[in-house]
Amino acid sequence: MNTVFHSVSLDKDKCLGCMNCIKRCPTQAIRVRRGKATIISERCIDCGECIRICPHHAKSAMSDPLSVIEGYKYKIALPAPSLYGQFNNLDDVNYVLTALLEIGFDSVFEVAKGAEIVSDATRKMLKTQDLIKPVISTACPAVIRLIRVRYPELIDNLITLKTPMDESARLARIEAKEKTGLSDEEIGVFFITPCPAKITAIKSPLAADHTDVNGAIAISEVYPLLVQKMDKLEPERLLSLEQSGKIGVGWAASGGEASASLTEKYIAADGIENVIKILEEVEDEKLSDIEFIELNACTGGCVGGCLTVANNFVAKTRLSALKKYLPISCNHIEADIPKELGWDYPLEPLSVLKLADNVTDSMKLMNQVSEMVKSFPGLDCGTCGAPTCRALAEDIVRGYASVDDCIFRIKNEMAASTELKDNDIDKLIPVPFRGIDEEKLKWT
Amino acid sequence: MEEVKLHYDVNAYDFTCAGEASGKLKRSLKDLGFDASLVRNVAIAVYEAEINMVIHAEGGIIDATITPECITVVLADKGPGIPDVELAMKEGYSTAPENVRSLGFGAGMGLPNIKKYTDEMTIDTEIGVGTTITLKIYNK
Repeated sequence: MNTVFHSVSLDKDKCLGCMNCIKRCPTQAIRVRRGKATIISERCIDCGECIRICPHHAKSAMSDPLSVIEGYKYKIALPAPSLYGQFNNLDDVNYVLTALLEIGFDSVFEVAKGAEIVSDATRKMLKTQDLIKPVISTACPAVIRLIRVRYPELIDNLITLKTPMDESARLARIEAKEKTGLSDEEIGVFFITPCPAKITAIKSPLAADHTDVNGAIAISEVYPLLVQKMDKLEPERLLSLEQSGKIGVGWAASGGEASASLTEKYIAADGIENVIKILEEVEDEKLSDIEFIELNACTGGCVGGCLTVANNFVAKTRLSALKKYLPISCNHIEADIPKELGWDYPLEPLSVLKLADNVTDSMKLMNQVSEMVKSFPGLDCGTCGAPTCRALAEDIVRGYASVDDCIFRIKNEMAASTELKDNDIDKLIPVPFRGIDEEKLKWT
Repeated sequence: MEEVKLHYDVNAYDFTCAGEASGKLKRSLKDLGFDASLVRNVAIAVYEAEINMVIHAEGGIIDATITPECITVVLADKGPGIPDVELAMKEGYSTAPENVRSLGFGAGMGLPNIKKYTDEMTIDTEIGVGTTITLKIYNK
């Protein structure tokens, strides 16, 4: 069920069928078919790399419009801490939180609060429980999905805690029900999201029966509305709403969560390629002396999410300035870790990358793939619609593509079936793919 | 019986590519759907042996033969050979030069670790001719 919904979608009218996204996808989940990109649903981890790379803006995330909050009597905004890094010269988070009320929300509950609680739970678990090291953070849903499809054996290293968003939503609901006496159905909880992976996590929760979040509104959608309100906000109208410290706000950028684990033996890696490198090392047991690993699919952490507005490096610097005068942490777990903060059930692996259901069949297919790859030029040019020659060969043996999808094979067939000589055929195809002509190799 | 054969070349003193062969072998085993713990054992053992080739043996070749029952990996080099195999198998014994140790390699755990992560390990070595290490890991 978790594989069905994806928040990344394609606008077919804008898609030119170029090679940018198929090359960028970390799980090789995109192919170009009949001039348009298509996403292989079970492989997609909603990381947003394709949204970021698409020069034609054909890829987008299905976030909710702000108007969705109108369907509820009491509307709560859950701002991700990365939202605070979007504004120039912001010295007080209360400006952002007050402006959220002015654009239509009845209350705000900072996700930074939930983050401080998750940090406290992480510290407690590292100290008191016998966990498989290194412990891997579960804050980034794209990373969890990547581990599920590509590193299923590392599921046991994941810390079995829900995200700051989930915890904030749960606490916000309890607070709102006490305050207003309204029912769950009348209360709407909306995450102000920096990324599509979080949208997917709401529509199709991981290791959880349900979520207390009703929808996700992109930071890029509320940003212009907030700026307008913040510009006109006189200091006397400013409400004191901020309830989190350095640790909570620090979660917005890479390294914030890991440093809050208060162990020195931590790694914080960001950017999907770097995440993959670290997971490979964990898989080979090269990092067994590390206690905790924070992984963020986006460069810079959540401030690098593709639904943010500001440059991620600029946002990180702004957050450092904002954090300067904040207390370390304002939220703690008084007694035991609340049951609701833990996973409802274990995460199941999703083996979508193996070739067949059993080893013998997979071996047959792999041998076919290896044979076929030899007949391809190995340029990984992408003109067949697959990201690499090997990916095309795998698609072919799985029955999803044909050898005729390779233009070089077509060239060879033309040579075999017509009177044309190699030189004549060369003239029919683009320069990079022609045979070597020493004379014409010069640039000038 | 169905089998898959994979071949890799290992370059001497090339630390930027060290681990590439064992990494590719690992990915192939995962694609074939082998159990995670078997994949890990193969990856760790072959990585160690590959690094040994880079450091000591001026490179070499790695040939893996995969059947549903067993992974056999033969690592052959034309390096200096191992003068005393028994001594080389001792944990902590190392002949790695200082420049290699400073990179974090050469702790003297290579051969003992390879043995630990495999079901069978044989070493054929001759001074001045080279070393061939054969590893077997069974799919239980």
